[in-house]
Amino acid sequence: MGDYVYLVFFLFFGVLFPLGGIVTERFLSPKKPDPIKETTYECGIETEGTTWVQFHTRYYLYALVFLIFDVEAIFLFPWAVAYNQLALFGFIEMMIFLAILLVGFAYAWRKRALEWR
Amino acid sequence: MIEEAIRAAVGVFVVFNVVALSVLVLVLLERKFLGRLQQRFGPMRVGPHGILQTVADALKLLLKEDFTPATADRRLFQLAPFLVIVPIFLPFVTIPFAPGLVVRSLELGLLYIVAVPVVSALGFFLAGWASDNKYALLGAVRYAAVLVSYELPLLMGAIGVVMVTGTLDLVAIVEQQAAWPLLFAQLPAFLLFLVSGMAEGNRTPFDIAIAESEIVGGPFVEYSGMRWSLFFLAEYAGVFATAALTALLFLGGWNGPLLPPLVWFLVKTYAVIIVIFWLRGTMPRLRIDQLMNLAWKGFIPIAFLNLVVTGAAVLIGGPGPGSPLVILGGLATTAVSLAALSLALRPRRRSDVRIGFATRPGDDVADRPPAASHYSIP
Amino acid sequence: MSFDGALVAFGIVAAVAIVASLGVVLARSVVSAAVSLVISLMAVAGVYVLLLADFLALVQVLIYGGAVTILLLFALMLSRTGRDSGLTTRHRPIATVAGLATAIFLGWAIVATNWFALPYAQLQRVELPIIGTALFSTWALPFEVVSLVLLVALIGAAVIARTGDAP
Repeated sequence: MGDYVYLVFFLFFGVLFPLGGIVTERFLSPKKPDPIKETTYECGIETEGTTWVQFHTRYYLYALVFLIFDVEAIFLFPWAVAYNQLALFGFIEMMIFLAILLVGFAYAWRKRALEWR
Repeated sequence: MIEEAIRAAVGVFVVFNVVALSVLVLVLLERKFLGRLQQRFGPMRVGPHGILQTVADALKLLLKEDFTPATADRRLFQLAPFLVIVPIFLPFVTIPFAPGLVVRSLELGLLYIVAVPVVSALGFFLAGWASDNKYALLGAVRYAAVLVSYELPLLMGAIGVVMVTGTLDLVAIVEQQAAWPLLFAQLPAFLLFLVSGMAEGNRTPFDIAIAESEIVGGPFVEYSGMRWSLFFLAEYAGVFATAALTALLFLGGWNGPLLPPLVWFLVKTYAVIIVIFWLRGTMPRLRIDQLMNLAWKGFIPIAFLNLVVTGAAVLIGGPGPGSPLVILGGLATTAVSLAALSLALRPRRRSDVRIGFATRPGDDVADRPPAASHYSIP
Repeated sequence: MSFDGALVAFGIVAAVAIVASLGVVLARSVVSAAVSLVISLMAVAGVYVLLLADFLALVQVLIYGGAVTILLLFALMLSRTGRDSGLTTRHRPIATVAGLATAIFLGWAIVATNWFALPYAQLQRVELPIIGTALFSTWALPFEVVSLVLLVALIGAAVIARTGDAP
């Protein structure tokens, strides 16, 4: 439980230090707003169209596959820590687990779900 | 309770100063080193041999106007830099510099260190989104895509280490490396971890999310002054953390003859940092398809292979960084992986020379001219 | 740490979670709602910490703070709605009914629970190797079933990739 005193401190000061920098800057730096200055940068020309574009589904798919393997990786942590006590049974168990996932991975690869197009 | 609070307060203060000082040193070191790689001197004007250049830059940044684009989402725009820097700062709680020189050793330290910085992806995304700038949004989406791809090799590299050492506590991991560093037993994990760490830290050649020469800095195009420097600070603090972790996990941390432990730790960390800068100086930036393919079709299968081989080797030959069978397994995995990678990266036709995976006839990428591909928003 | 200190910490964390959850519902733009959601989920990680389940808290940060957040943001990027579109839909009546039903159910659960009979004092931190050995011996079968669930999700993703491919 004592661990979290440290984390709370780091969280608090981790926010406070950057904030201090920004507050200091507020006193030191000039403040001259200007409509041209506040336009969006687009290589010196006026912005064209809207910023929001529809992105391709492939981003979503990669994120989906990542989520699945992230969950898998989470199971690997307690397994790896307890590996010495688990011995052969643990090894076989994890190999079955990984094999099932690898079937899915191979399927996704084969179906070109992992292809960047 | 009070004692812990004092220790925590001192720890925060020391760590913050170490990080800030390291960033100043790293920025200068990088500019000098890149300069030398390119047959020039780097900064020379401010102070002897330009050693005060980054101090001057930091002061300059403090004096710059901090403005928000008129069309930006003000609140999120101002929040984003915090969401980037705080998750990068938090892991320093449990990074040990030498025996006893750690703010707090956590039982789940390694998991904590790889889990917390992931949240900064949200910060990058918000920065890009709130700016209402096309480049920023592209950079933000690209960063999320890179993180999605390289987090897995990073995690699985870390798991390889845990399998050999049987603990997530960084101090215990380093102590086990007194005789043998884990570099040999976990050579594949070392390579995966370092490269993935670089990719997540937006380091060239994996900095497609920032890519100054095409999307002019990505998520932080619209930032200026102090808020911009927070991103900058986060990047270099991230480089330091990645290098320190690599040194701790794979290079034996503070273990070494003659010199004091802290010196060994710093020597190893800075050696890794130099490698990171060196790669920046010599490698061309990878395109996003190359980057994604390298992760999904290269690193993730290698990471799986490493887990299986390490698992079998530890089971038969026993755990520990010096276990001969584990070392043999690590070296064999590396050899097989590198052979497979170089085979996959071999260019097929002269017209099709690419660093990514050579394409087969019938592949969409090769057959379709780039301009004709629908949604060509990488 | 004393019970009271933990209670104060819980109060803070719970307040953050509730305020952030309200932020999700009341936010004007989808991205603000997403940010509130992440804050709320991180506060839940704080609750896990207070229950001495620090592994679970880190899992929450890694999975929800990282993977789920990115998935959510990409899902937003896929929508054509544009950045400033509101979050109100025609399904408002159904949503009201569902929300009220959930609120009533949760309210009933809160009132019906005897909070002070819960064994806070017996709360114990379980070390990770113990979780590991339990997961891979006692709970071996459920663990393997998890891999099947993940396999189905993977195949589903691959199928979406195929259908999404057609221009």
